[in-house]
Amino acid sequence: MQKNLFLGVEAIGQGAIDGGISGVYAYPGTPSTEITEFIQANELALQKGIRSKWSANEKTAYEAALGMSYAGKRSMVCMKHVGLNVAADAFINSAITGINGGLIVTVADDPSMHSSQNEQDSRFYGKFAMIPILEPSNQQEAYDMVREGFELSEKLEVPVMVRITTRLAHSRAGVIRSEVLPEKEVVLPADPSQFVLLPAIARRRYKGLLEKQELFEKTAKKSKYNEYIKGEDKSFGIIACGIAYNYLKENYPKDDCLYTVLKLSQYPVPQKYLDKMAKHCEEVLVLEEGYPVVEEHIKAAFKKDIQVSGRLSGALPRDGELNADLVAKALGKETQLGADVPELVVNRPPALCQGCGHQDMYKALNQALDKYTKGRVFSDIGCYTLGALPPYKSIYSCVDMGASVTMAKGAADAGLIPSVAVIGDSTFTHSGITGLLDAVNDEANIVVVISDNESVSMTGGQESSALGKIESICTGVGVDPNHIRVLTPLKKYHDMMVQTFEEEIAYDGVSVIVFRRECIQAAAKRLRKEKKMKDNPNK
Amino acid sequence: MKTDIILAGVGGQGILSIASIIGDAAINENLFLKQAETHGMSQRGGAVQSHLRISDCEIAADLIPLGKADLILSVEPMEALRYLPFLSPEGYVVTNTTPFINIPNYPDVEAVLAEIEKQPRFVAIDADKIAAEIGNKRASNVVMLGAATPFLNIEPEKIEAGIAHIFSRKGEAVVEMNRKAFKAGLDFAMANK
Ligand SMILES: Cc1ncc(C[n+]2csc(CCOP(=O)(O)OP(=O)(O)O)c2C)c(N)n1
Ligand code: SF4
Repeated sequence: MQKNLFLGVEAIGQGAIDGGISGVYAYPGTPSTEITEFIQANELALQKGIRSKWSANEKTAYEAALGMSYAGKRSMVCMKHVGLNVAADAFINSAITGINGGLIVTVADDPSMHSSQNEQDSRFYGKFAMIPILEPSNQQEAYDMVREGFELSEKLEVPVMVRITTRLAHSRAGVIRSEVLPEKEVVLPADPSQFVLLPAIARRRYKGLLEKQELFEKTAKKSKYNEYIKGEDKSFGIIACGIAYNYLKENYPKDDCLYTVLKLSQYPVPQKYLDKMAKHCEEVLVLEEGYPVVEEHIKAAFKKDIQVSGRLSGALPRDGELNADLVAKALGKETQLGADVPELVVNRPPALCQGCGHQDMYKALNQALDKYTKGRVFSDIGCYTLGALPPYKSIYSCVDMGASVTMAKGAADAGLIPSVAVIGDSTFTHSGITGLLDAVNDEANIVVVISDNESVSMTGGQESSALGKIESICTGVGVDPNHIRVLTPLKKYHDMMVQTFEEEIAYDGVSVIVFRRECIQAAAKRLRKEKKMKDNPNK
Repeated sequence: MKTDIILAGVGGQGILSIASIIGDAAINENLFLKQAETHGMSQRGGAVQSHLRISDCEIAADLIPLGKADLILSVEPMEALRYLPFLSPEGYVVTNTTPFINIPNYPDVEAVLAEIEKQPRFVAIDADKIAAEIGNKRASNVVMLGAATPFLNIEPEKIEAGIAHIFSRKGEAVVEMNRKAFKAGLDFAMANK
C-alpha cells in the first residue's frame, strides 16, 4: 500500500475528493486554506469537474454548500475558526433544516493564535448546533473521517463538523488512500418543506433534531474513532480528545500507560463510556486542545463525585496549544529541558515585504494625518494589519473582517473627525460593502482606504473576489464618483498621495481612495506560473 | 532508531524545501515520518521552524518534546539559538553562519557566533559563501542539507538521489551544481563535527 506524505489539510482535501464530493466551498483562512487549494490543483478533481473556486466569504460559502446538499450532492465547506462566526447563522439553522446530500463543515481552529485574533473552540459551535463532531487525532484519521463523513451525514441527516487545529493542519505524515466513492446524482429532498424554516415547520424540525441526539450519541459510542482502553490502575482515568491523544502516547513510548484511557474523536461524548469510567475512577484528567469543552461537560455528566482535572482545574494551562511536555506535567512526569535561549536572541516579528504597496500607502497616510492627534485609523485583517507595528504604527484597530469601515463610521458619528478606515480588496468584498452602504446612507464623514493589491495575500496569494470590481461596487453602493480616487502606491507618487488624502479628509462625506498595485509575492507567483505555461504549454 | 530534527530559519528562506528532501528520502526508506510546519503569518519574514521526526516505528506527536531533539538544523545563526531548549544533551547544532538581518535590533553577529561555539556539539558553516564559490548563491540550503546529513541516520547517497530527483526538471547542469553543493556541505561537516 502506497503512503502519501500529506499535510493534515491535504489529507482532508483528498478525503473529500475520494468521498465523492461534487463541490468544495471556502474563503481562505489559516490554517484551513490549503484544503481548498489542494482540491483546486488535484488532477482527479479537475477531471471530475469538482467545483472549487473561492467564495466571497464564509457565509456565502456555507450557503452554497448547503444548496448543493439540498440538490442531493455531497459538498464540503471549509473555513478557519473565526470564519464560522461569519457563517454562524447559516450553520446553526442548517442543523435544523438538515441536509439531503452529505455535508461536511471543516473548521480549523488555531490554539495559541499562530495566525489569528482569537483561539475560539469550534466544538462549542458544534455543540450549540447539536450536530456530531469528528476530531481526528492524526492525518490518516483526518482522511478517513472526511471520506466516510458524507455517508455519516446522510445517515444522520444533519451536517457533520470536522474540527482540526493548526498542528494537525500543517503537519505531514503518511496517509493510505481508499477507493474513490462515486458522486451523487441530483435528487431533491423527500420532504419538500424541510428547508422552509417558518416557525411551524422549524418547531417540528427542531424537535426532530432534539430527538436525534440519542442516536448521535449511540453512533459516537460505536464509532471506531472512539476507544475505551481499560488500564491496570483503575483509580485514574484520562480522556484524550483529538490530537491530544498523541501527546498522551508520546509520554508512554513503550505503550506502558497503566491508566484507563478514553480516546475521544467523535462527539457527542458517549455517556456510556463516562458511566463506565465513573464506576472505578476516583479522578479523571481531560486532555483537550482549545477550551475546556469536555471538562465542563463531564463535570455535570458524572453522576457521582469524581475529581475532574484539566484546563479549568489548572492541571493544564487555560490557554494556548497543548504539547507533550504540558501533558507530562499534568501526569506528574519528569520532563527534560535543553539549554536556555541565550539572552541576546531577539524576537523576529513578521513584517511587510520590502517594496510592498501597503508601505507606500501608510507613509502617505502618516504624513497626511501628522497634524491631527493620533488614534484615528481603523483597520482590518490582511497584510496591511502589520502597519500597526513600527516603523509605521499607523493603525489603531483590527477586530474582525469588515470592521474598519463600520468602526470608522461609528467613531465619526461620535465626532472623531477625520476618521479613516484601511481595508484590503479581499476583506472589502468579504464584509466591507454592507458597511460602506451604511456609511453612504447615513452620510458619514469618513475616508475609506482600499489598499488593493489584487490578491488575498495574507493567506498566500489566492484570487481576490474584488478583482476589477472595486470602483463599480463603490459607485453602485452610492459613493459620489468624484470622491472615488484611484492611485498607484509608489514612492514617486508620494506627494500626490498625500495631497489626495488631504483633499478627501477635507470633504464632508464618504470618500474612497483606492491604492492599486499588485502584491509583489503574488506577481512573482504569477510570473512563475506564466513561465511554466510558456515552457510547457501542454500542461 | 529515531531522529528528531528542528529546522529553523526566517520566513522566505526555504527551510521547507530542505524538509521535503529529507522527508522524501525517509518515506522511500519506508520509515515513519511526521513533519510539523509553520504556515501563515510568520512566513512574512518572521521566525519559522519545522519539527521533523523520522523513526522506524510509529510516531505519536507531531511536535518534538523539549530536550529531545537530536539535531537543530538552522539556515541562520540566531535562529539556531532560539530552539536550544528543544535540543537533547547529546544533540548537535548545525547552522549556517551567514545572518539574515531584517530587524533593526539584530544582535552583534560575532556575539551570536560565540554563543554557537559555546555549544558542546556544533557545526558552523558559511553556507552562503560555499554556495557562491560553487556558482549559485541559491544553493546554500543544499549546502546546509549536506552539512546535516551525517546526523540524519539516512545514507548520504539516498539524500543525494533525492536532490537529483528534485532538480532533474531543471537540467543536468543544475543537478550537478546542487550535487556539488551537497558534497561540499557534507565534507565540511565530516571534517568539522
Ligand atoms: C472571518 C475571517 N476569515 C478569514 C480570515 C483569514 N484572513 C486574514 S487576512 C485575509 C486576507 C485579506 O486579504 P486582503 O484584505 O486583500 O489583504 P492582503 O492580505 O492582500 O493585504 C484572510 C483571508 C480571517 N481573519 N477572518
Ligand atoms: S505578501 Fe504582498 S501584500 Fe503581503 S506584505 Fe508581501 S508584498 Fe505586501
